[in-house]
Amino acid sequence: MAVLLLAEVTGGELSVDATAKAVSAAKALGDVTVLAAGASAAAAGEAAAKIDGVSKVLVAEDASLGHRLAEATAALIVSLADGYEHIVAPATTDAKNVMPRVAALLDVMVLSDVSGVVDGSTFERPIYAGNAVQTVKSKDAKKVITFRTSTFDAAGEGGAAPVETISVGANPGLSEWVEDKVAASDRPELTSAGIVVSGGRGVGSEADFKLIEALADKLGAAVGASRAAVDSGYAPNDWQVGQTGKVVAPQLYVAVGISGAIQHLAGMKDSKIIVAINKDEEAPIFQVADFGLVADLFQAVPELTEKLG
Amino acid sequence: MKVLVPVKRVIDYNVKVRVKADGSGVDLANVKMSMNPFDEIAVEEAIRLKEAGKADEIVVVSIGVKQAQETLRTALAMGADRAILVVAADDVHTDIEPLAVAKILAKIVEEEQPGLVLAGKQAIDNDMNATGQMLSALLGWSQGTFASELNVEGDHALVTREVDGGLQTIKVKMPAIITVDLRLNEPRYASLPNIMKAKKKPLDEKTAADYGVDVSPRLEIVKTEEPPARAAGIVVGSVDELVAKLKEAGAV
Repeated sequence: MAVLLLAEVTGGELSVDATAKAVSAAKALGDVTVLAAGASAAAAGEAAAKIDGVSKVLVAEDASLGHRLAEATAALIVSLADGYEHIVAPATTDAKNVMPRVAALLDVMVLSDVSGVVDGSTFERPIYAGNAVQTVKSKDAKKVITFRTSTFDAAGEGGAAPVETISVGANPGLSEWVEDKVAASDRPELTSAGIVVSGGRGVGSEADFKLIEALADKLGAAVGASRAAVDSGYAPNDWQVGQTGKVVAPQLYVAVGISGAIQHLAGMKDSKIIVAINKDEEAPIFQVADFGLVADLFQAVPELTEKLG
Repeated sequence: MKVLVPVKRVIDYNVKVRVKADGSGVDLANVKMSMNPFDEIAVEEAIRLKEAGKADEIVVVSIGVKQAQETLRTALAMGADRAILVVAADDVHTDIEPLAVAKILAKIVEEEQPGLVLAGKQAIDNDMNATGQMLSALLGWSQGTFASELNVEGDHALVTREVDGGLQTIKVKMPAIITVDLRLNEPRYASLPNIMKAKKKPLDEKTAADYGVDVSPRLEIVKTEEPPARAAGIVVGSVDELVAKLKEAGAV
Protein backbone atom coordinates (compact mmCIF):
# COMPACT_ATOMS: atom_id res chain seq x y z
CA MET A 1 0.00 0.00 0.00
CA ALA A 2 1.36 3.38 -0.94
CA VAL A 3 0.62 6.94 0.04
CA LEU A 4 1.08 10.04 -2.12
CA LEU A 5 1.51 13.11 0.08
CA LEU A 6 1.23 16.63 -1.32
CA ALA A 7 3.92 18.69 0.40
CA GLU A 8 3.14 22.22 1.50
CA VAL A 9 5.32 24.37 -0.73
CA THR A 10 5.08 28.15 -0.64
CA GLY A 11 7.21 30.30 -2.90
CA GLY A 12 9.54 27.38 -3.63
CA GLU A 13 10.12 26.63 0.04
CA LEU A 14 8.91 23.62 1.96
CA SER A 15 6.73 24.29 4.96
CA VAL A 16 8.53 21.66 7.00
CA ASP A 17 6.24 21.69 10.02
CA ALA A 18 2.95 21.14 8.14
CA THR A 19 4.50 18.58 5.81
CA ALA A 20 6.26 16.66 8.60
CA LYS A 21 3.03 16.48 10.61
CA ALA A 22 1.19 15.05 7.62
CA VAL A 23 4.03 12.56 7.12
CA SER A 24 3.66 11.44 10.70
CA ALA A 25 -0.08 10.88 10.17
CA ALA A 26 0.46 9.13 6.82
CA LYS A 27 3.23 6.74 7.89
CA ALA A 28 0.71 4.36 9.43
CA LEU A 29 -0.99 3.97 6.03
CA GLY A 30 1.94 2.76 3.94
CA ASP A 31 5.10 3.89 2.14
CA VAL A 32 5.01 7.65 1.81
CA THR A 33 5.93 9.32 -1.47
CA VAL A 34 6.03 13.09 -1.15
CA LEU A 35 5.10 15.29 -4.10
CA ALA A 36 6.76 18.71 -4.10
CA ALA A 37 5.07 20.84 -6.75
CA GLY A 38 5.69 24.46 -7.66
CA ALA A 39 7.25 26.85 -10.14
CA SER A 40 10.40 25.96 -8.30
CA ALA A 41 10.20 22.95 -6.04
CA ALA A 42 13.61 21.24 -6.19
CA ALA A 43 14.82 22.75 -2.91
CA ALA A 44 11.52 21.87 -1.25
CA GLY A 45 11.88 18.32 -2.56
CA GLU A 46 15.40 18.05 -1.11
CA ALA A 47 14.09 19.29 2.24
CA ALA A 48 11.19 16.80 2.17
CA ALA A 49 13.61 13.94 1.47
CA LYS A 50 15.15 14.54 4.89
CA ILE A 51 11.90 14.02 6.77
CA ASP A 52 11.95 10.74 8.65
CA GLY A 53 9.51 8.24 7.17
CA VAL A 54 9.54 9.54 3.60
CA SER A 55 10.48 6.79 1.16
CA LYS A 56 10.56 8.77 -2.06
CA VAL A 57 10.17 12.35 -3.28
CA LEU A 58 8.73 13.48 -6.61
CA VAL A 59 9.55 16.98 -7.77
CA ALA A 60 7.24 18.64 -10.30
CA GLU A 61 8.30 22.07 -11.53
CA ASP A 62 6.20 24.13 -13.88
CA ALA A 63 5.07 27.74 -14.01
CA SER A 64 1.44 26.56 -13.87
CA LEU A 65 2.09 25.10 -10.41
CA GLY A 66 3.67 28.31 -9.15
CA HIS A 67 0.96 29.54 -6.85
CA ARG A 68 -0.73 26.25 -6.13
CA LEU A 69 -3.65 27.03 -8.40
CA ALA A 70 -6.15 24.25 -7.81
CA GLU A 71 -6.84 23.27 -11.41
CA ALA A 72 -3.23 22.60 -12.44
CA THR A 73 -2.21 21.05 -9.11
CA ALA A 74 -5.24 18.73 -9.01
CA ALA A 75 -4.64 17.63 -12.63
CA LEU A 76 -1.04 16.75 -11.75
CA ILE A 77 -2.06 14.71 -8.70
CA VAL A 78 -4.73 12.83 -10.63
CA SER A 79 -2.15 11.96 -13.32
CA LEU A 80 -0.04 10.33 -10.58
CA ALA A 81 -2.91 8.64 -8.72
CA ASP A 82 -2.46 5.12 -10.12
CA GLY A 83 -0.63 2.96 -7.63
CA TYR A 84 -1.56 4.97 -4.56
CA GLU A 85 -4.36 3.96 -2.23
CA HIS A 86 -4.12 7.13 -0.16
CA ILE A 87 -3.62 10.65 -1.48
CA VAL A 88 -3.06 12.99 1.43
CA ALA A 89 -1.97 16.49 2.43
CA PRO A 90 -1.77 18.68 5.52
CA ALA A 91 -5.07 20.58 5.94
CA THR A 92 -3.76 23.97 4.85
CA THR A 93 -5.82 26.43 2.80
CA ASP A 94 -3.83 25.34 -0.26
CA ALA A 95 -4.64 21.67 0.25
CA LYS A 96 -8.27 22.39 1.09
CA ASN A 97 -8.45 24.16 -2.25
CA VAL A 98 -6.88 21.29 -4.18
CA MET A 99 -7.80 17.98 -2.53
CA PRO A 100 -11.62 18.00 -2.91
CA ARG A 101 -11.04 18.73 -6.59
CA VAL A 102 -8.73 15.71 -6.77
CA ALA A 103 -11.32 13.54 -5.01
CA ALA A 104 -14.13 14.51 -7.39
CA LEU A 105 -11.92 13.85 -10.43
CA LEU A 106 -11.29 10.36 -9.00
CA ASP A 107 -14.99 9.93 -8.14
CA VAL A 108 -14.30 9.45 -4.44
CA MET A 109 -15.32 11.36 -1.31
CA VAL A 110 -12.76 13.55 0.38
CA LEU A 111 -11.97 13.13 4.08
CA SER A 112 -11.33 16.67 5.29
CA ASP A 113 -9.46 17.68 8.45
CA VAL A 114 -8.82 14.14 9.65
CA SER A 115 -7.65 14.18 13.29
CA GLY A 116 -7.08 10.47 13.83
CA VAL A 117 -6.22 7.34 11.85
CA VAL A 118 -7.96 4.16 13.03
CA ASP A 119 -6.96 1.95 10.11
CA GLY A 120 -6.39 2.25 6.36
CA SER A 121 -10.00 3.11 5.65
CA THR A 122 -11.30 4.36 9.01
CA PHE A 123 -10.64 7.86 10.22
CA GLU A 124 -11.74 10.33 12.88
CA ARG A 125 -12.65 13.90 12.03
CA PRO A 126 -14.17 16.78 13.96
CA ILE A 127 -17.61 18.00 12.85
CA TYR A 128 -19.91 20.77 14.05
CA ALA A 129 -17.00 23.10 14.77
CA GLY A 130 -15.33 20.45 16.89
CA ASN A 131 -18.41 19.85 19.05
CA ALA A 132 -18.46 16.25 17.92
CA VAL A 133 -15.94 13.78 16.60
CA GLN A 134 -17.07 11.40 13.91
CA THR A 135 -15.46 8.09 13.00
CA VAL A 136 -16.04 7.26 9.34
CA LYS A 137 -15.11 4.27 7.21
CA SER A 138 -14.48 4.99 3.56
CA LYS A 139 -15.88 2.57 0.99
CA ASP A 140 -13.89 4.17 -1.82
CA ALA A 141 -10.93 2.39 -3.41
CA LYS A 142 -8.81 5.51 -3.04
CA LYS A 143 -8.88 7.72 0.01
CA VAL A 144 -8.24 11.43 -0.43
CA ILE A 145 -7.44 12.98 2.94
CA THR A 146 -6.38 16.25 4.51
CA PHE A 147 -4.84 15.90 7.97
CA ARG A 148 -5.50 18.43 10.71
CA THR A 149 -1.88 19.19 11.51
CA SER A 150 -2.48 20.34 15.09
CA THR A 151 -3.31 16.81 16.22
CA PHE A 152 -0.18 15.11 14.88
CA ASP A 153 3.43 15.51 16.03
CA ALA A 154 5.87 16.42 13.30
CA ALA A 155 8.00 13.56 11.98
CA GLY A 156 11.67 14.14 12.76
CA GLU A 157 14.60 14.59 10.44
CA GLY A 158 17.14 12.00 9.41
CA GLY A 159 15.66 10.56 6.26
CA ALA A 160 17.49 10.36 2.96
CA ALA A 161 14.82 9.51 0.42
CA PRO A 162 15.64 9.42 -3.30
CA VAL A 163 14.38 12.42 -5.28
CA GLU A 164 12.97 12.04 -8.77
CA THR A 165 11.94 14.82 -11.12
CA ILE A 166 8.70 14.21 -13.00
CA SER A 167 7.14 15.87 -16.02
CA VAL A 168 4.05 18.05 -15.78
CA GLY A 169 1.09 17.89 -18.19
CA ALA A 170 -0.49 20.77 -20.04
CA ASN A 171 -1.81 23.68 -17.97
CA PRO A 172 -5.63 23.56 -17.96
CA GLY A 173 -5.43 27.38 -18.16
CA LEU A 174 -8.56 28.04 -16.14
CA SER A 175 -7.13 30.52 -13.70
CA GLU A 176 -4.04 32.61 -13.25
CA TRP A 177 -2.29 34.18 -10.31
CA VAL A 178 -2.44 37.95 -9.92
CA GLU A 179 -0.87 38.80 -6.57
CA ASP A 180 -0.24 37.74 -3.00
CA LYS A 181 -0.63 40.05 -0.05
CA VAL A 182 1.28 38.34 2.68
CA ALA A 183 1.87 40.25 5.85
CA ALA A 184 5.61 40.47 6.49
CA SER A 185 6.38 39.44 10.04
CA ASP A 186 9.32 38.30 12.12
CA ARG A 187 6.99 36.36 14.37
CA PRO A 188 6.64 32.59 14.10
CA GLU A 189 3.92 31.18 11.88
CA LEU A 190 0.63 30.81 13.75
CA THR A 191 -0.06 27.12 13.12
CA SER A 192 3.46 25.94 14.00
CA ALA A 193 4.35 28.35 16.83
CA GLY A 194 5.22 26.93 20.25
CA ILE A 195 3.42 29.81 21.96
CA VAL A 196 0.40 31.76 20.73
CA VAL A 197 -0.99 34.93 22.33
CA SER A 198 -4.50 35.79 21.11
CA GLY A 199 -6.72 38.78 21.67
CA GLY A 200 -10.48 39.00 21.53
CA ARG A 201 -13.20 41.61 21.42
CA GLY A 202 -12.26 42.63 24.94
CA VAL A 203 -9.07 44.21 23.60
CA GLY A 204 -11.34 46.92 22.25
CA SER A 205 -9.42 48.42 19.33
CA GLU A 206 -6.76 47.87 16.71
CA ALA A 207 -4.45 50.24 18.60
CA ASP A 208 -4.82 48.29 21.84
CA PHE A 209 -3.91 45.08 20.02
CA LYS A 210 -0.34 46.38 20.46
CA LEU A 211 -0.62 45.08 24.05
CA ILE A 212 -1.20 41.59 22.72
CA GLU A 213 1.65 41.96 20.24
CA ALA A 214 4.05 43.20 22.92
CA LEU A 215 3.30 40.18 25.12
CA ALA A 216 3.69 37.87 22.11
CA ASP A 217 7.04 39.42 21.19
CA LYS A 218 8.27 39.04 24.76
CA LEU A 219 7.43 35.33 24.60
CA GLY A 220 8.63 34.82 21.02
CA ALA A 221 5.04 33.88 20.23
CA ALA A 222 2.72 34.12 17.26
CA VAL A 223 -0.25 36.48 17.51
CA GLY A 224 -3.79 35.19 17.15
CA ALA A 225 -7.25 36.69 17.36
CA SER A 226 -10.79 35.56 17.92
CA ARG A 227 -13.32 35.89 15.13
CA ALA A 228 -15.04 38.66 17.12
CA ALA A 229 -11.78 40.66 17.13
CA VAL A 230 -11.33 40.08 13.39
CA ASP A 231 -14.95 41.00 12.64
CA SER A 232 -14.50 44.19 14.67
CA GLY A 233 -11.46 45.11 12.58
CA TYR A 234 -8.95 44.87 15.45
CA ALA A 235 -6.85 42.20 13.76
CA PRO A 236 -6.31 40.81 10.24
CA ASN A 237 -8.18 37.67 9.24
CA ASP A 238 -5.07 35.53 8.85
CA TRP A 239 -4.63 35.84 12.63
CA GLN A 240 -8.02 34.26 13.22
CA VAL A 241 -7.99 31.18 15.45
CA GLY A 242 -11.13 29.08 15.40
CA GLN A 243 -13.25 26.81 13.31
CA THR A 244 -13.53 29.43 10.57
CA GLY A 245 -9.87 30.41 10.92
CA LYS A 246 -6.80 28.45 11.91
CA VAL A 247 -6.60 25.47 14.22
CA VAL A 248 -3.60 25.63 16.54
CA ALA A 249 -2.20 23.42 19.30
CA PRO A 250 0.85 25.16 20.75
CA GLN A 251 2.62 24.31 24.02
CA LEU A 252 1.17 27.49 25.50
CA TYR A 253 -1.92 29.42 24.39
CA VAL A 254 -2.70 32.73 26.07
CA ALA A 255 -6.25 33.98 25.46
CA VAL A 256 -6.70 37.64 26.34
CA GLY A 257 -10.12 39.30 26.38
CA ILE A 258 -11.60 36.28 24.64
CA SER A 259 -14.93 35.05 25.97
CA GLY A 260 -14.47 31.56 24.54
CA ALA A 261 -17.20 31.10 21.93
CA ILE A 262 -17.55 27.50 20.76
CA GLN A 263 -16.10 28.37 17.39
CA HIS A 264 -12.95 29.83 18.98
CA LEU A 265 -12.50 26.88 21.36
CA ALA A 266 -12.62 24.57 18.34
CA GLY A 267 -9.47 26.24 17.08
CA MET A 268 -7.32 26.06 20.23
CA LYS A 269 -8.59 23.57 22.78
CA ASP A 270 -5.91 21.01 21.89
CA SER A 271 -3.22 23.40 23.15
CA LYS A 272 -1.04 21.86 25.88
CA ILE A 273 -1.43 24.71 28.41
CA ILE A 274 -4.16 27.34 28.12
CA VAL A 275 -4.06 30.64 30.00
CA ALA A 276 -7.12 32.90 30.02
CA ILE A 277 -7.15 36.54 31.08
CA ASN A 278 -10.63 38.04 31.17
CA LYS A 279 -12.44 40.41 33.47
CA ASP A 280 -15.66 38.38 33.24
CA GLU A 281 -15.29 35.45 35.58
CA GLU A 282 -18.28 33.75 33.93
CA ALA A 283 -16.56 33.69 30.51
CA PRO A 284 -16.63 30.15 29.04
CA ILE A 285 -12.91 30.40 28.22
CA PHE A 286 -12.21 29.69 31.91
CA GLN A 287 -13.78 26.23 31.52
CA VAL A 288 -10.94 25.14 29.23
CA ALA A 289 -8.14 27.18 30.81
CA ASP A 290 -5.44 25.53 32.91
CA PHE A 291 -4.68 28.90 34.50
CA GLY A 292 -7.32 31.61 34.63
CA LEU A 293 -6.79 35.18 35.75
CA VAL A 294 -9.87 37.30 36.34
CA ALA A 295 -8.50 40.77 35.71
CA ASP A 296 -8.63 43.89 33.58
CA LEU A 297 -6.43 43.03 30.62
CA PHE A 298 -5.23 46.61 30.27
CA GLN A 299 -3.47 46.25 33.61
CA ALA A 300 -2.70 42.53 33.64
CA VAL A 301 -1.17 42.22 30.16
CA PRO A 302 1.45 44.98 30.50
CA GLU A 303 2.29 43.65 33.96
CA LEU A 304 2.64 40.13 32.61
CA THR A 305 4.78 41.35 29.71
CA GLU A 306 7.05 43.12 32.18
CA LYS A 307 7.35 40.23 34.62
CA LEU A 308 8.03 37.51 32.11
CA GLY A 309 11.52 36.76 30.95
CA MET B 1 -25.84 36.37 -16.44
CA LYS B 2 -27.63 33.80 -14.35
CA VAL B 3 -26.17 33.02 -10.91
CA LEU B 4 -26.78 29.69 -9.21
CA VAL B 5 -26.47 29.55 -5.41
CA PRO B 6 -26.64 26.23 -3.56
CA VAL B 7 -27.86 26.61 0.04
CA LYS B 8 -27.89 24.09 2.86
CA ARG B 9 -30.24 23.70 5.80
CA VAL B 10 -28.10 23.21 8.90
CA ILE B 11 -28.40 23.46 12.66
CA ASP B 12 -28.68 27.12 13.64
CA TYR B 13 -25.35 28.80 14.32
CA ASN B 14 -26.34 29.62 17.92
CA VAL B 15 -27.69 26.25 18.95
CA LYS B 16 -25.57 24.14 21.27
CA VAL B 17 -24.81 20.87 19.52
CA ARG B 18 -25.81 17.75 21.43
CA VAL B 19 -24.32 14.38 20.56
CA LYS B 20 -26.83 11.52 20.88
CA ALA B 21 -26.06 9.15 23.73
CA ASP B 22 -26.09 6.09 21.45
CA GLY B 23 -23.26 7.52 19.35
CA SER B 24 -25.37 7.55 16.20
CA GLY B 25 -24.97 11.25 15.51
CA VAL B 26 -25.94 14.75 16.54
CA ASP B 27 -29.50 15.30 17.72
CA LEU B 28 -31.36 17.34 15.11
CA ALA B 29 -34.93 16.54 16.12
CA ASN B 30 -36.82 19.65 17.29
CA VAL B 31 -33.70 21.79 16.94
CA LYS B 32 -33.75 25.22 15.30
CA MET B 33 -32.42 24.96 11.75
CA SER B 34 -31.25 27.82 9.53
CA MET B 35 -29.42 28.55 6.33
CA ASN B 36 -25.70 27.72 6.53
CA PRO B 37 -24.08 31.10 7.36
CA PHE B 38 -21.55 30.86 4.53
CA ASP B 39 -24.42 30.21 2.09
CA GLU B 40 -26.16 33.37 3.31
CA ILE B 41 -23.06 35.29 2.28
CA ALA B 42 -23.20 33.62 -1.15
CA VAL B 43 -26.87 34.59 -1.58
CA GLU B 44 -26.07 38.15 -0.52
CA GLU B 45 -23.22 38.38 -3.03
CA ALA B 46 -25.49 37.15 -5.82
CA ILE B 47 -28.07 39.80 -4.91
CA ARG B 48 -25.37 42.49 -4.94
CA LEU B 49 -24.27 41.34 -8.41
CA LYS B 50 -27.86 41.65 -9.57
CA GLU B 51 -28.21 45.10 -7.99
CA ALA B 52 -24.99 46.13 -9.77
CA GLY B 53 -26.48 45.03 -13.09
CA LYS B 54 -24.00 42.17 -13.48
CA ALA B 55 -26.51 39.38 -12.91
CA ASP B 56 -30.08 39.16 -14.13
CA GLU B 57 -31.41 36.07 -12.41
CA ILE B 58 -30.59 34.28 -9.15
CA VAL B 59 -31.56 30.63 -8.81
CA VAL B 60 -31.15 29.00 -5.40
CA VAL B 61 -30.92 25.23 -4.95
CA SER B 62 -31.12 23.08 -1.87
CA ILE B 63 -30.50 19.35 -1.70
CA GLY B 64 -31.65 17.37 1.31
CA VAL B 65 -34.88 16.88 3.19
CA LYS B 66 -38.22 18.40 2.18
CA GLN B 67 -37.97 20.92 5.03
CA ALA B 68 -35.10 22.57 3.14
CA GLN B 69 -37.78 24.51 1.31
CA GLU B 70 -37.86 26.82 4.35
CA THR B 71 -34.21 27.60 3.68
CA LEU B 72 -35.02 28.28 0.04
CA ARG B 73 -37.88 30.61 1.04
CA THR B 74 -35.39 32.54 3.19
CA ALA B 75 -33.11 32.93 0.17
CA LEU B 76 -36.08 34.03 -1.95
CA ALA B 77 -37.04 36.55 0.73
CA MET B 78 -33.51 37.94 0.69
CA GLY B 79 -33.84 38.52 -3.06
CA ALA B 80 -33.29 35.33 -5.07
CA ASP B 81 -35.70 34.90 -8.00
CA ARG B 82 -36.58 31.24 -7.97
CA ALA B 83 -35.73 28.03 -6.20
CA ILE B 84 -35.14 24.35 -6.89
CA LEU B 85 -35.61 21.86 -4.07
CA VAL B 86 -34.04 18.45 -4.63
CA VAL B 87 -35.44 16.00 -2.12
CA ALA B 88 -32.75 13.40 -1.51
CA ALA B 89 -33.42 12.27 2.06
CA ASP B 90 -36.42 11.59 4.33
CA ASP B 91 -34.71 11.78 7.70
CA VAL B 92 -33.35 15.11 8.91
CA HIS B 93 -30.32 13.23 10.25
CA THR B 94 -29.27 12.07 6.77
CA ASP B 95 -26.49 14.25 5.42
CA ILE B 96 -26.00 14.06 1.66
CA GLU B 97 -22.25 13.95 0.99
CA PRO B 98 -20.54 16.75 -0.96
CA LEU B 99 -19.71 14.39 -3.87
CA ALA B 100 -23.38 13.50 -4.41
CA VAL B 101 -24.42 17.13 -3.93
CA ALA B 102 -21.83 18.21 -6.50
CA LYS B 103 -23.11 15.60 -8.97
CA ILE B 104 -26.69 16.83 -8.65
CA LEU B 105 -25.55 20.45 -8.91
CA ALA B 106 -23.56 19.58 -12.05
CA LYS B 107 -26.78 18.29 -13.66
CA ILE B 108 -28.64 21.43 -12.62
CA VAL B 109 -25.85 23.57 -14.07
CA GLU B 110 -26.21 21.69 -17.37
CA GLU B 111 -29.93 22.50 -17.40
CA GLU B 112 -29.77 26.05 -16.13
CA GLN B 113 -26.53 27.19 -17.78
CA PRO B 114 -25.56 29.79 -15.15
CA GLY B 115 -22.52 31.99 -15.77
CA LEU B 116 -21.48 31.75 -12.13
CA VAL B 117 -22.03 29.47 -9.16
CA LEU B 118 -21.63 31.11 -5.75
CA ALA B 119 -21.41 28.72 -2.82
CA GLY B 120 -20.49 28.86 0.86
CA LYS B 121 -16.96 27.62 1.53
CA GLN B 122 -18.20 25.00 3.96
CA ALA B 123 -21.28 23.90 5.84
CA ILE B 124 -21.10 24.32 9.59
CA ASP B 125 -22.46 20.82 10.20
CA ASN B 126 -20.12 18.39 8.42
CA ASP B 127 -17.33 21.01 8.00
CA MET B 128 -16.20 19.27 4.80
CA ASN B 129 -15.26 22.35 2.77
CA ALA B 130 -15.59 20.38 -0.48
CA THR B 131 -18.76 20.90 -2.51
CA GLY B 132 -17.60 23.93 -4.53
CA GLN B 133 -14.25 22.39 -5.43
CA MET B 134 -15.94 19.10 -6.37
CA LEU B 135 -18.54 20.80 -8.57
CA SER B 136 -15.80 22.76 -10.25
CA ALA B 137 -13.90 19.52 -10.94
CA LEU B 138 -16.95 17.76 -12.37
CA LEU B 139 -17.73 20.67 -14.69
CA GLY B 140 -14.10 21.34 -15.61
CA TRP B 141 -14.65 24.96 -14.58
CA SER B 142 -12.25 27.32 -12.86
CA GLN B 143 -12.53 27.70 -9.10
CA GLY B 144 -11.93 30.55 -6.71
CA THR B 145 -12.30 29.34 -3.13
CA PHE B 146 -12.51 31.24 0.18
CA ALA B 147 -13.32 34.57 -1.50
CA SER B 148 -13.19 37.77 0.52
CA GLU B 149 -13.57 39.99 -2.55
CA LEU B 150 -15.13 39.31 -5.94
CA ASN B 151 -15.12 41.43 -9.08
CA VAL B 152 -16.85 39.96 -12.11
CA GLU B 153 -15.55 41.61 -15.27
CA GLY B 154 -17.04 40.10 -18.41
CA ASP B 155 -15.30 36.85 -19.37
CA HIS B 156 -13.28 36.67 -16.17
CA ALA B 157 -13.46 37.47 -12.48
CA LEU B 158 -10.90 38.70 -9.99
CA VAL B 159 -11.13 36.79 -6.75
CA THR B 160 -9.28 37.72 -3.58
CA ARG B 161 -8.88 34.62 -1.45
CA GLU B 162 -8.29 34.10 2.27
CA VAL B 163 -5.18 31.90 2.45
CA ASP B 164 -2.74 30.92 5.19
CA GLY B 165 -0.53 33.92 5.77
CA GLY B 166 -2.67 36.54 4.04
CA LEU B 167 -4.58 37.14 0.83
CA GLN B 168 -4.14 35.86 -2.70
CA THR B 169 -5.75 37.39 -5.76
CA ILE B 170 -6.39 35.20 -8.78
CA LYS B 171 -8.07 35.76 -12.12
CA VAL B 172 -10.53 33.02 -13.04
CA LYS B 173 -12.08 32.37 -16.40
CA MET B 174 -15.90 32.49 -16.51
CA PRO B 175 -17.99 30.45 -16.02
CA ALA B 176 -16.58 29.82 -12.57
CA ILE B 177 -17.37 28.39 -9.16
CA ILE B 178 -16.65 30.81 -6.34
CA THR B 179 -16.83 29.73 -2.70
CA VAL B 180 -17.24 32.53 -0.22
CA ASP B 181 -15.56 33.29 3.08
CA LEU B 182 -16.77 35.36 6.03
CA ARG B 183 -15.46 38.78 5.13
CA LEU B 184 -16.98 38.99 1.64
CA ASN B 185 -20.09 40.82 2.82
CA GLU B 186 -22.65 41.09 5.57
CA PRO B 187 -25.88 39.39 4.54
CA ARG B 188 -29.09 41.41 4.72
CA TYR B 189 -32.14 40.47 6.71
CA ALA B 190 -35.28 39.74 4.75
CA SER B 191 -37.97 42.37 5.33
CA LEU B 192 -41.50 41.30 6.19
CA PRO B 193 -42.97 42.40 2.81
CA ASN B 194 -40.21 40.44 1.06
CA ILE B 195 -40.93 37.38 3.19
CA MET B 196 -44.57 37.63 2.06
CA LYS B 197 -43.54 38.08 -1.56
CA ALA B 198 -41.15 35.14 -1.37
CA LYS B 199 -44.08 32.80 -0.74
CA LYS B 200 -45.27 33.49 -4.28
CA LYS B 201 -41.91 33.04 -5.98
CA PRO B 202 -41.52 29.81 -7.99
CA LEU B 203 -40.12 26.77 -6.19
CA ASP B 204 -39.65 23.59 -8.24
CA GLU B 205 -39.55 20.31 -6.41
CA LYS B 206 -37.38 17.49 -7.75
CA THR B 207 -35.77 14.33 -6.45
CA ALA B 208 -32.20 13.02 -6.70
CA ALA B 209 -33.57 10.28 -8.98
CA ASP B 210 -34.79 12.96 -11.43
CA TYR B 211 -31.12 13.74 -12.03
CA GLY B 212 -30.03 10.09 -12.08
CA VAL B 213 -27.61 10.60 -9.20
CA ASP B 214 -26.93 7.89 -6.63
CA VAL B 215 -26.75 9.64 -3.26
CA SER B 216 -25.78 6.62 -1.18
CA PRO B 217 -22.87 7.56 1.08
CA ARG B 218 -19.25 6.66 0.41
CA LEU B 219 -18.35 7.27 4.02
CA GLU B 220 -20.02 4.96 6.50
CA ILE B 221 -20.52 6.67 9.85
CA VAL B 222 -19.15 4.30 12.47
CA LYS B 223 -19.85 6.51 15.47
CA THR B 224 -20.21 10.09 16.63
CA GLU B 225 -18.86 11.10 20.00
CA GLU B 226 -18.39 14.10 22.23
CA PRO B 227 -14.85 15.44 21.99
CA PRO B 228 -12.69 14.66 25.04
CA ALA B 229 -13.24 17.27 27.73
CA ARG B 230 -10.34 19.20 29.23
CA ALA B 231 -9.67 18.79 32.92
CA ALA B 232 -10.66 21.81 34.97
CA GLY B 233 -7.86 24.25 35.68
CA ILE B 234 -7.28 26.72 38.46
CA VAL B 235 -7.97 30.40 38.88
CA VAL B 236 -4.92 32.39 39.97
CA GLY B 237 -5.17 35.55 42.03
CA SER B 238 -2.50 37.74 40.49
CA VAL B 239 -0.09 38.20 37.61
CA ASP B 240 2.75 37.13 39.94
CA GLU B 241 1.00 33.88 40.72
CA LEU B 242 0.35 33.31 37.01
CA VAL B 243 4.03 33.85 36.18
CA ALA B 244 5.02 31.45 38.97
CA LYS B 245 2.59 28.78 37.75
CA LEU B 246 3.80 29.11 34.16
CA LYS B 247 7.41 28.78 35.25
CA GLU B 248 6.52 25.77 37.41
CA ALA B 249 4.82 24.13 34.41
CA GLY B 250 7.85 24.86 32.25
CA ALA B 251 5.68 26.85 29.84
CA VAL B 252 7.84 29.98 29.77
